[in-house]
Amino acid sequence: MSELSSPDNDQPLLVAEGLAKNYGRLPACRDVSFALYPGEVLAIVGESGSGKSTLLQLLSAQLAPSAGRVSYRMRDGVLRDLAELGEAERRFLFRTDWGFVHQDPAQGLRMGVSAGANVSERLMAVGWNHYGRIRDTASTWLDRVEIDVGRIDDAPKTYSGGMRQRLQIARNLVTEPRLVFMDEPTGGLDVSVQARLLDLMRNLVSELGLAAIVVTHDLAVARLLSHRVMVMKGGRVIETGLTDQVLDDPREPYTQLLVSSILPP
Amino acid sequence: MNAPAYNFAYLDEQTKRMIRRAILKAIAIPGYQVPFASREMPMPYGWGTGGVQVTAAILGPDDVLKVIDQGSDDTTNAISIRKFFGKTAGVATTTSTTDATVIQTRHRIPEATLHAGQVMVYQVPIPEPLRFLEPRETETRRMHALAEYGLMHVKLYEDIARFGHIATAYAYPVKVNARYVMDPSPTPKFDNPKMDNCAALQLFGAGREKRIYAIPPYTTVVSLDFEDHPFTRYRFNAPCALCGADNSYLDEIVTDDKGGRMFVCSDTDFCEQRQAAGHHGTESAAPHKEKAHV
Repeated sequence: MSELSSPDNDQPLLVAEGLAKNYGRLPACRDVSFALYPGEVLAIVGESGSGKSTLLQLLSAQLAPSAGRVSYRMRDGVLRDLAELGEAERRFLFRTDWGFVHQDPAQGLRMGVSAGANVSERLMAVGWNHYGRIRDTASTWLDRVEIDVGRIDDAPKTYSGGMRQRLQIARNLVTEPRLVFMDEPTGGLDVSVQARLLDLMRNLVSELGLAAIVVTHDLAVARLLSHRVMVMKGGRVIETGLTDQVLDDPREPYTQLLVSSILPP
Repeated sequence: MNAPAYNFAYLDEQTKRMIRRAILKAIAIPGYQVPFASREMPMPYGWGTGGVQVTAAILGPDDVLKVIDQGSDDTTNAISIRKFFGKTAGVATTTSTTDATVIQTRHRIPEATLHAGQVMVYQVPIPEPLRFLEPRETETRRMHALAEYGLMHVKLYEDIARFGHIATAYAYPVKVNARYVMDPSPTPKFDNPKMDNCAALQLFGAGREKRIYAIPPYTTVVSLDFEDHPFTRYRFNAPCALCGADNSYLDEIVTDDKGGRMFVCSDTDFCEQRQAAGHHGTESAAPHKEKAHV
């Protein structure tokens, strides 16, 4: 985090305080608190069932927490409790200032309409009404995520898995959000495609100064993308710190186990 | 049994009351789809069960009913619905647009300007304009509630991307009273401008989907478009072969198997009035004669 020159960067973008979620008697997420700063990438790692995805849904206001709260600094600089936003405001935030990259692109894309329309949907939702400009912007974004612009009128169902995932990223970034949530963005892709996607995401995140919260079980993804790591187990955050520090010198036994479970290259 | 076989206009009074309440709510919120407890009618879905229920609910003994199907007064659907109300309500029926007080229609708005006091009743197959883009009803209702209409432009975008222009020719989405996006039923987009600031009350009934919506008189109705691809009307570039009209919506009629075709007004009443007033087209009116096409 080098660019701390702007005074805004001193203020946290997203603040979680004592977040908890119970599914009936099962505590899926317990007492999670942290602050995310503009331009910072946070990875949430842990095995399946550790509460990562629940936490991501709590943070992105898709689930209501059982306890605690999430606050977000709006574009006007005011930190606001997400639970107090009206549904219209929340949905507006979700399609302008936020992005959400799903593990399965079919969830985040409209598979039946063309790639261009997929990228443009958010623009039209915020009132863009000039076809030529919309299309130019869509082409630019397809180019940025390394999709051949000649395929702008093809539906994503004709795309490969890696292309779909890149299209989903373009669709989310077109309104220049400040915060992107990613749920296992490289899951289900083969290794070379994963590497290309990670490379692309790393460039975009640094170019655009995006803050991101990446949920992953893949420590390699965390190492490549994130500045900070939170390790979760049984719904609790058991270790947190700078990525290199946590992955190279894990303190908790569970983190040590996670790190040592990676096959040496 | 001395009791009449049917209540006035077929439906029982409680049902009419329920439908009228839905209609009143629809008029109060222009373009909003009001759910109602649609009844089984003695005709199949797709034949205007929604429109018939709306008509039955608003019809009074003094009303004069006109029914059109694709602009025509003499097709099966129009005749059977007209007869239905002639029989069950005993109301006067007409084919004249100006004389009618209630006009039930499938897929057209008459060419003659509607006047205050008239009611248009549209038969609607699919009331939800967002349906083919967003299959979840819960989601589309939420989108209407929050006025999130970006998705509607996705459809128009797709048209331009694929065909170079907005190729949607019917059921062209409109925004009513600067709030709700509405499907004007499958009328040709040629008719869309007639809905804007119309003197008549416009009611829409979807029987299978159980929705009623409305445009009160003198309400703004704007067809959606892009700045660089504005809304345009469409009509075949020809005069009517029977009455010579060059401003009416035309049907293309195939006359033989050698490529012969003629264009005639889709609104039969409008065409007949013009012919009675002495206008003629190239294939002027009765008696019908075969024309040799070489």
